[in-house]
Amino acid sequence: MADFATLTVRYRLQMAIYPWRRLERTPWQPLRVPLQQARIALVTSAGLYRRELDEPFAQMSGGDPSFRVIPDNVEPGTLVVGQTSHAFDHGPAERDLNLVLPLEPLHALVVAGEVGSAAARHLSFNGSITAPGRLVRRTAPEAAELLRGDGVDVALFVPV
Amino acid sequence: MCTQSVGLAAAVFEERGISTACIALVRSVADRLRPPRALAVPFDFGLPLGAAGDAELQLRVLRALLALVTEPGPGPLLREYR
Repeated sequence: MADFATLTVRYRLQMAIYPWRRLERTPWQPLRVPLQQARIALVTSAGLYRRELDEPFAQMSGGDPSFRVIPDNVEPGTLVVGQTSHAFDHGPAERDLNLVLPLEPLHALVVAGEVGSAAARHLSFNGSITAPGRLVRRTAPEAAELLRGDGVDVALFVPV
Repeated sequence: MCTQSVGLAAAVFEERGISTACIALVRSVADRLRPPRALAVPFDFGLPLGAAGDAELQLRVLRALLALVTEPGPGPLLREYR
């Protein structure tokens, strides 16, 4: 389990006084089809973006709430781990992107018939969002609509 | 911070008809937020699927995450990865 005690003093202090959010109501969407028929999308918070094609995530007050689209057939070598937070070591994710965007494991499950298909598009956010209002009201709804248009049944979220 | 961000986004996705499951790197954050489905993992920041280069472990974690969406609701559902 990740532990705030392992972070630098600056980050520890920030986490200690941060007003952690609580959902007033937890929504629940039951799985509509058997997993073996479900279309699965991945959503990472590692700030991944495609070199020379996408804008990097921005350092901004409250955090950058935007997202980038990652095609399912992306060449992993073109992806940059662009998380604006350096509270954690980016090295492992840079060596193996499956650690933060598990495309190869997902494709293995498709081949094995354990899930129906991988979505045509996956998503990447920059998870260091201390003021999540814009995420909740604007960009997350846009992201959800994009995946819904792609026929996605299940989204798996991977924080860093 | 990422554990909170993905949980908040997951709730938005559920409201729009997409089933979700989140990895939780910090259990206390997931406990407080109460996202629809979360899997608390015993890994450090930056290592949500376990370890770089360990394809077998990554596959096990992904399977455990997927298993959450087959559980009956309603949520919040918080499970430990073992």
